[in-house]
Amino acid sequence: MIAEIGLFALILAFLLAIAQGTLPLIGAARGDVALMAVGRSAAYGQLVFLGIAYAMLTYAFVTDDFSIAYVANHSNSLLPLQYKISGVWGGHEGSLLLWILILGFWSAAVATFSRSLPREVLARVLGVMGLVAIGFIGFTLFTSSPFERLLPAALEGRDLNPMLQDPGLIFHPPMLYMGYVGFSVAFAFAIAALIGGRLDAAWARWSRPWTAVAWAFLTFGIGLGSWWAYYVLGWGGWWFWDPVENASFMPWLMGTALLHSLAVTEKRGGFKNWTVMLAILTFSLVLLAAFLVRSGVLTSVHAFAVDPDRGLYLLAFMAVVVASSLTLFAWRAGKVGLGGGFQLVSRESALLTNNVLLAVSAAAVLLGTLYPLFLDAFGLGKISVGPPYFEAVFLPLMLPLLLLLGFGPRLRWKQDSPTEQLWRLRWIFGVSLVFGMIWPFFVGNWSFLAGIGAFLGLWIIGSSLKDLVDRLRPRRESTQTLGTRMRRLGRSYAGMQFAHIGVGLAVIGITFVLGYDDERDVRMAVGETVEVGGYAFRLERLEEVQGPNFDADQATVVVYRDGQRITTLQPQMRYYFSQQQPMAHTSLHRGLVRDLYVNMGEELPGNAWVMRVYYKPYMNWVWAAVVLMTIGGLLAASDRRYRIRVRREDEVLEDDAKLAAADAVKPEGNAEPKPAG
Amino acid sequence: MRPLHFLSAPLLLAALGLPLSAAAQSGGPTAPPSEPMTFETEEQEVRYQRLIRELRCTVCQNQNLIESNAPLANDLRRQIALMVNDGAETNEIIDYMVARYGDFVLFRPPMKGTTYLLWFGPGAMLVIGLGVLGTILWRRRTQVGSAPLSEDEEERLRRILGEGGGDKA
Amino acid sequence: MKLRFLIPLLAFFALVGLLFVGLSLDPRELPSPLVGKEAPDFDLPELHNPEVRFARDDMLGKPALFNVWASWCVTCRHEHPMLTELRRNGVPVYGLNYKDTRSDALRFLARYGDPYSAIGFDESGLVGIDYGVYATPETFLIDRNGMIRFKHIGMITPEIIETRILPLYRQLEAET
Repeated sequence: MIAEIGLFALILAFLLAIAQGTLPLIGAARGDVALMAVGRSAAYGQLVFLGIAYAMLTYAFVTDDFSIAYVANHSNSLLPLQYKISGVWGGHEGSLLLWILILGFWSAAVATFSRSLPREVLARVLGVMGLVAIGFIGFTLFTSSPFERLLPAALEGRDLNPMLQDPGLIFHPPMLYMGYVGFSVAFAFAIAALIGGRLDAAWARWSRPWTAVAWAFLTFGIGLGSWWAYYVLGWGGWWFWDPVENASFMPWLMGTALLHSLAVTEKRGGFKNWTVMLAILTFSLVLLAAFLVRSGVLTSVHAFAVDPDRGLYLLAFMAVVVASSLTLFAWRAGKVGLGGGFQLVSRESALLTNNVLLAVSAAAVLLGTLYPLFLDAFGLGKISVGPPYFEAVFLPLMLPLLLLLGFGPRLRWKQDSPTEQLWRLRWIFGVSLVFGMIWPFFVGNWSFLAGIGAFLGLWIIGSSLKDLVDRLRPRRESTQTLGTRMRRLGRSYAGMQFAHIGVGLAVIGITFVLGYDDERDVRMAVGETVEVGGYAFRLERLEEVQGPNFDADQATVVVYRDGQRITTLQPQMRYYFSQQQPMAHTSLHRGLVRDLYVNMGEELPGNAWVMRVYYKPYMNWVWAAVVLMTIGGLLAASDRRYRIRVRREDEVLEDDAKLAAADAVKPEGNAEPKPAG
Repeated sequence: MRPLHFLSAPLLLAALGLPLSAAAQSGGPTAPPSEPMTFETEEQEVRYQRLIRELRCTVCQNQNLIESNAPLANDLRRQIALMVNDGAETNEIIDYMVARYGDFVLFRPPMKGTTYLLWFGPGAMLVIGLGVLGTILWRRRTQVGSAPLSEDEEERLRRILGEGGGDKA
Repeated sequence: MKLRFLIPLLAFFALVGLLFVGLSLDPRELPSPLVGKEAPDFDLPELHNPEVRFARDDMLGKPALFNVWASWCVTCRHEHPMLTELRRNGVPVYGLNYKDTRSDALRFLARYGDPYSAIGFDESGLVGIDYGVYATPETFLIDRNGMIRFKHIGMITPEIIETRILPLYRQLEAET
């Protein structure tokens, strides 16, 4: 019954998506208010039915219903409850169900939070989202239903891949999909604007918070994936330039460009065509990512099981969406005005240069990712394009971008004086250069590249902080308190600062961990000690332990530095009952400037193991950077100016209530009304 | 047996249920336990570490030799360690691998006719991108002073943003 | 409509075409750089009798198949009747027993038959590396002068025998 209810709910959601994808658009074209209103109800209804379908699959996982093929393939009765719940998205079909559930969520969010939009605009946005939903729900329903029955039912499930039995799995896919799918909102706004023929500053203002939220989720999702890989894979790697990683990185780069380009369009009305183009490209790259991951055209460690029908469906879907968007763009784009003028040196120019560099970076990743396919398709041989290529290509593109980042936020709109800005930043520049070049001495052997990385990171952080200080400096005759001045800067500005400082931390962390990580594969018997990165690792004992669905060999390794005991690490080699292959479980000790990381390799004769011991400097800086960038994106999206229309009425009431309350507490009536900032 | 890491999945969910393909067949039950490699000099160790990161394990999905625990990767690591200890140059070892497995083993693609586009493409795109940007900026620099939005547009923006209410139904 | 706005559309169609072709390609199938080159030299103990040596040059003089196999390789078991069939057709088949144990390999042959004229026992897998072996079974067609003319990775099927191996073998046989 459960599977049938789920399937039925999915079909209803599909029908509602068809309603949402057609009626509001027709309504908007005809000026029919009733048809336009369908969009919102259809969006809510869709979310409800997708929610039911999702709940049914989760229920089947929790109750070990192995008569459903997907559950039988991805769960096991011994699986801990949290992994049964997250196991729902442990394979292709279920993760697709999560994807469309999130799409339904975004549609409903637009329907809720964009009530203040002109009704034609809202109708078109929801209509476009409905069209996207038709494609994805149809894909689930016709090629990848998670509700297929297994006859006869399996007695026991094949279990979730042990790699995926990890807290990382619980959070990584939902966050990543929130980001991917979130860009469909920015896309829908762009298409709606093209259909309506009104690309204006208002459009940019409406799409900006949605774009920022999607970007924040994508950043966090990618970061979580990397964090997870770092300790799950057991050889200290955290970014591999694998096709599937690149597939998520391309929309991130393009989305970052979009975020910056939207600023120009919102504030200065300029470069509308380009901004719309970026919104279309970002979502196209999301569709491409879905295709690359789920079609099997590229070899990747992460690809889902290969099925040519799925690939064909996704390719056709992508072709229809992108081709019609680009045609619409070609048809409408010429009619858009230029926006305000500006000088060669101005914030506009800086943002556009940022856009060119980010777009070229995304294109370079695309080129590298698809090049093996390109050669193969023309029968020109098989090659591999891996980290050495991407590092070689990426570095020169990032250098100017990171340098520019220090100046960008300080530059004024329209025009600015390059000499003046350079002069103001001379100390920051000098100090970060000197300290950046010195810093590597304290980490390991000095290298120019590490020096440059540290310099750029310090430069970004320094110039960001300097900008903050400059803006907080009280103007003459100002009586505002520091707190007030801070609030007046706004969340949008705070968000930018968080994200930029995050970039600075990331640059430092990545440079140092790439330049100075140390590792040893060593034979260790009980009682032996090995030195890595200035730390002594001593194997205390070996024992057998038991987990809920596995047995394991466990090593206890005590780490010393200068005779001081630092920590105890307990890596395991796990033998899951349902798997043939044992799996190494890493143990690590995280610190401010270094991680220590031990993994078990293979048992050797004589009560010894091959141990992989790692010293990973500054790894936590990278994770901190991801968190800062995520916070930045969310802060920017929650800026007052995006909420003001929606909250107008409640706010008045709220303020009235506050004033009344204040009066009640202090009858003297000296309560200070809040400044209207 | 060591774990076959070819199902590892940092960014997206793994290929569960994927029939064990080439990887499963290339390893035998006789793969000997792998003692860690030892080197005479630090320089050799560094060279070895770099090599096993830049060479691809051909049986695996998309992994270098250090990531993979497939028996073939193990053999190749051992072979490379031997050659490094015998004093072979880095490019001799690369040639050795390419002669046997083709360009496919190189994660750093060789520079040749079919890869010029790959290696110079990003640079070319950057030049074109900056060129187009420069041209546009240069052409538009004269327009400074005009209002960012005309009064008309300003008015419309206000109207649109103030047009709250929309569809209250 | 300005034409330059159509550029992205054209670029996109090219991309879709490429991806469409890509769907029909197998990214895991590798061409061997060894085809057209001389077969790498080796000199190994023979599987049946460690006292006897089996070297590359023992295969020369007549075109021959060189098949890489192991007892732990499931596909090799399925492939085995094909080799027997080829042998019956008069094609000499040599073997390379790859990373196996002698006893397992001999048991395998005792059970499924032995179509091989001679088998090199490559316990360490080093000769396998020289031949670029990465997924057993692999089969090479070597001409009378020791040149590799064809390589197949994975199981040889009746279709491959009919369309590729036998025609090429007849042609090589006719060459002088």
